[in-house]
Amino acid sequence: MGYMTINNRKVAFTDEKNVLSVIRKSGIDLPTFCYHSELSTYGACRMCVVEDERGKVFASCSEVPRDGMVIYTNTPRLQHHRKMIIELLLASHCRDCTTCHTNGTCTLQKLANQLGVSFVRFENNKPQVPIDESSDCIVIDSNKCILCGDCVRTCDEVQGVGILDFAFRGSNMKVMPAFNRIMADTDCVGCGQCRTVCPTGAITIKQNISPIWQHISEKDTRVVVQIAPAVRVAVGDKFGVPKGENSLGKLAAALRMMGFDEIYDTNFGADLTVMEESAELVERLEKGENLPLFTSCCPGWVKFCETRYPELKKHISTCRSPQQMFGAVLKEDARVNPHDGKKTVVVSIMPCTAKKAEIHRPEHFTDGEQHVDYVLTTTEVTRMIQEAGIDLSTLEPEALDMPFGIASGAAAIFGVTGGVTEAVLRRLVNDDSQQALQEISFTGVRGTDGLKEAVVTLGDREVKIAVVNGLANAGKLMDQIQSGEVYYDFVEVMACRRGCIAGGGQPLPIGPRTKKARVEGIYRVDSMAQIKLSNENPIVTTLYDGLLKGKEHKLLHNHTDAE
Amino acid sequence: MRKIENRTILNEIQAETKQKIDQTRMRILICAGTGCLAGGSGEIYERMCELVKENPNVEVKFGAEIAHEGVENHIDIKKSGCHGFCEMGPLMRIEPQGILYTKVKLEDCDAIFHRTIEKGELIRHLMYKQDGMEYPKQEEIPFYKKQTRLVLKNCGHIDAEHMEEYIATGGYQALAKVLFEQKPEDVVNEIMESNLRGRGGGGFTTGYKWQQVARQKETTRYIVCNGDEGDPGAFMDRSVMEGDPHKMIEGMMIAAYAVGAQEGYIYVRAEYPLAISRLKLAIAQAEEAGLLGEHIMGSDFSFKLHINRGAGAFVCGEGSALTASIEGNRGMPRVKPPRTVEQGLFAKPTVLNNVETFANVPMIILNGTDWYKSIGPEKSPGTKAFALTGSVKNTGLIEVPMGTTLREVIFDIGGGIKDGGNFKAVQIGGPSGGCLMETNLEISLDFDSLKKMGAMIGSGGLVVMDDHTCMVEVARFFMNFTQNESCGKCVPCREGTKRMLEILERIVEGKGELGDLDLLEELATMITETALCGLGKSAALPVMSTLKNFRNEYVEHIVDKKCAAHVCQAMRRYVISPERCKGCSKCARNCPAGAISGQIREVFKIDNDKCIKCGACESACAFDAIHVEG
Repeated sequence: MGYMTINNRKVAFTDEKNVLSVIRKSGIDLPTFCYHSELSTYGACRMCVVEDERGKVFASCSEVPRDGMVIYTNTPRLQHHRKMIIELLLASHCRDCTTCHTNGTCTLQKLANQLGVSFVRFENNKPQVPIDESSDCIVIDSNKCILCGDCVRTCDEVQGVGILDFAFRGSNMKVMPAFNRIMADTDCVGCGQCRTVCPTGAITIKQNISPIWQHISEKDTRVVVQIAPAVRVAVGDKFGVPKGENSLGKLAAALRMMGFDEIYDTNFGADLTVMEESAELVERLEKGENLPLFTSCCPGWVKFCETRYPELKKHISTCRSPQQMFGAVLKEDARVNPHDGKKTVVVSIMPCTAKKAEIHRPEHFTDGEQHVDYVLTTTEVTRMIQEAGIDLSTLEPEALDMPFGIASGAAAIFGVTGGVTEAVLRRLVNDDSQQALQEISFTGVRGTDGLKEAVVTLGDREVKIAVVNGLANAGKLMDQIQSGEVYYDFVEVMACRRGCIAGGGQPLPIGPRTKKARVEGIYRVDSMAQIKLSNENPIVTTLYDGLLKGKEHKLLHNHTDAE
Repeated sequence: MRKIENRTILNEIQAETKQKIDQTRMRILICAGTGCLAGGSGEIYERMCELVKENPNVEVKFGAEIAHEGVENHIDIKKSGCHGFCEMGPLMRIEPQGILYTKVKLEDCDAIFHRTIEKGELIRHLMYKQDGMEYPKQEEIPFYKKQTRLVLKNCGHIDAEHMEEYIATGGYQALAKVLFEQKPEDVVNEIMESNLRGRGGGGFTTGYKWQQVARQKETTRYIVCNGDEGDPGAFMDRSVMEGDPHKMIEGMMIAAYAVGAQEGYIYVRAEYPLAISRLKLAIAQAEEAGLLGEHIMGSDFSFKLHINRGAGAFVCGEGSALTASIEGNRGMPRVKPPRTVEQGLFAKPTVLNNVETFANVPMIILNGTDWYKSIGPEKSPGTKAFALTGSVKNTGLIEVPMGTTLREVIFDIGGGIKDGGNFKAVQIGGPSGGCLMETNLEISLDFDSLKKMGAMIGSGGLVVMDDHTCMVEVARFFMNFTQNESCGKCVPCREGTKRMLEILERIVEGKGELGDLDLLEELATMITETALCGLGKSAALPVMSTLKNFRNEYVEHIVDKKCAAHVCQAMRRYVISPERCKGCSKCARNCPAGAISGQIREVFKIDNDKCIKCGACESACAFDAIHVEG
């Protein structure tokens, strides 16, 4: 608590942890590359330097606010230093901006422009290194890296994965996996959170755009697309749609204009997941086997559990993820129904980079056939819409296609942390009265905390539930579960903090305000839905009685060696 | 050795050992510091031991024995720590006469034994000579005479591998004094009162650091000793660790008692294997004697000590990088706050001092703060060890009171510029320091005076340069070092030093432009003001100080494409003087670039466009006809 003087103006501060936050709160957007409020303070970019009344220059990110402090943020000296830092960064940076995926969203580009850096006096003599495209999920181009360390800290502190770190020193320093491994040879879970914090184009999404355009152009191919819950509240970002607004109808219109043949909602797959997973939970509770039951919707989490806690793998639900359930259904449908003899290609639009790897996992094949052929992230589909010359914001919303175009509100909330749990609880409580729904939403499953707990009475039993988001939080919880320190019956894990709305494939930037708007958008989709419970979705019932009959286990569950 | 269960046993051991040493007829101390060992002192030691064994009939005068080598003859042969006069090594000191033999060879051993030891004769060719004078006794050699050796007092004079010898000199008495006579806060106050300042470079008041650690709420606390002496040419700390390891350990223990720490770490650079083995041995001996471990000397004080080996990164000398390295992380400085005193090693309050600082502690406790403050200036009391190198007659490790002038160090102790050269500059403080000129020679060597001059004590490197030194090349050398050793974390240091180095390289290659000087200054200011850690902030000092004091040399390199010191290879112009050339063609035959042509018995010519400035012609010419021009 106190006051400080920033550029001769008195500014109050309360519990801000550093001077930088106070400066930003006062309306001055002091530039940084390496500062993120959710990560530890790294202090490497030195862009946030300020000057005190005695002329001492210091980095505001790592200085605690003190009452009576007098600082200046924009003296000629500081301007000069910042420009020099940008100039030095640009000098060692690949400057092919026009062909960079991050063109227009790059922080380095933005700040160079904003601070008026108009020349670079140094030659870029940094040896060029090959681009690592080995991962299914992300691409690492070290030539564009400015070594801010945001990805390193995200991977370690937020995700607890620690695949990326610094190697070598001085101007030879690089961000890379240990022992010079390529990404494909690491335990990277593919969550893409590193990409969401990368200020330049050094870490980008692995692109799958061109084969899809190709398939769309093929006359004998039927391109079927499913849209994940979290996509609809983010896809409008680049088209001036207000943050968090549901753009599903507009997206459907755009996809049709682009030539996709059938457009469905992954929420329908989520409804199937709710049915299967709640049944599995009931069964395990009855048998008392392999508890807690871990959710399996998030491929980042599944890979994390597999590599870090292999002994807990049996706790993971055998249910396929909504994407994979729906993919299996679509492929089965293609097998059973002729569709004019056309070849079916299933594409899913996901907020997630890890989904790109999930489709290739062997347990997600049925009779040797891959369920989903391509995964496009929200960011890629945005690009495709732009390539097609369509302005999403001006389109009239259109409905999705039948027979898989109806989904419940319970499925919609899969896009945020706690959503899966809430949906499963709705199914198990099996009461769609306002009061029952409200009670469930207040059990503690909603909210942005890394770990949430709830106790729910089902029949004569109390069910202990944990909802965790962010893999570092998940890791801590797994350690506690293993040590016997805590006990739960059901654990929902989402690899990304706040769930899929902040997934690695979502449009950038994903700041705190964006996250909040997207979460609210998702819950709004649920409020607007006529059907709140997955088991009340009429198509779900029809499907179980028709296409799925006798094949529920084959199509909706994983067939791992464990069985 | 007996277990030291209380203070009385310590006193007994001190008295017994001292008596044994006093009674020994002759004590031969063979320097086993890194320099002398490399010069063959290990073999010399073996040979001397053999000689003593082979000649059992050397006169024996007394009975008390000391349980080490050479007991039969009461000629005690010891491996000592570094004497600091490495240039003259291998060194051998013979007590009680105090003879110092220099540049001893294996073949000299027989003569030393039969003449000096048996007959008491001096061997002239082994004595140190300077300006036509011969100096048989160590203490009379000008190099030593003008020094005040307090921290290095025991180095070279005791056997570093036996703890009793340290105890005999009063070792661990300071620890006993604080344990049984002083409260921890009194110890902190005493160190505060003494004005002892950190010898690692920063000059931060040690007592203040201790006080802050002692005030923390967290009760798990650590003592860390920084033995990662990374400055090129600096070896003060190595000498203490190799030659008198217990002194430093005692200092750490006193610190631990004062601040309530339970555990300590010594971080030693991997390039110091001997220091590591001596420290390991010292710790083992102290543990065996009960001086480390639980209830030390029967008190309530317990302390554990570990050794951690660095992996060769200069930046690990920086406090937070050092603690990160001990923790097993990448050695990179982190932002402060929290400072090391609040959250240092394993995020616990930590006293981090350098070797020399800890080695100062026991004598302050034993002799009092008034005594300590009587040495050197009030605000920077005590002595400082320097590694004196470069173009001086006597190079080596020296220790002088703070406040001694540069002139005294260079001309009185160092013996002046060697080979009749002229003094040009002195580089002080290593890669973080600056270059001072002749007009600065009267400057007093202490923290504050040097800082005012844009230099710093650093860890104490003193490189003397004569007029054969190119200051631009010196700046390039240090910038190259800093750039190689930058951890790469912050942009100013990582990218800025890289670009400064490139500019300096351009200038020494004769490709510089006048605008480069402005760019150098611009970069230097930015790096100094914005870098994350102390190493980054001081990285540009060598360039800034040479630019300030020797700007004309830079301009000469850029405008006239001339290096007056003839150091910068690219700017050398070899010419054949027509008066001296006999036309023998030897130069042309030796030129690898085919740049020399001419007719036999006529004057040859060098084509400077083809010349690669290797100097092969100059060394080949039998008539001294080829020289570097300009």
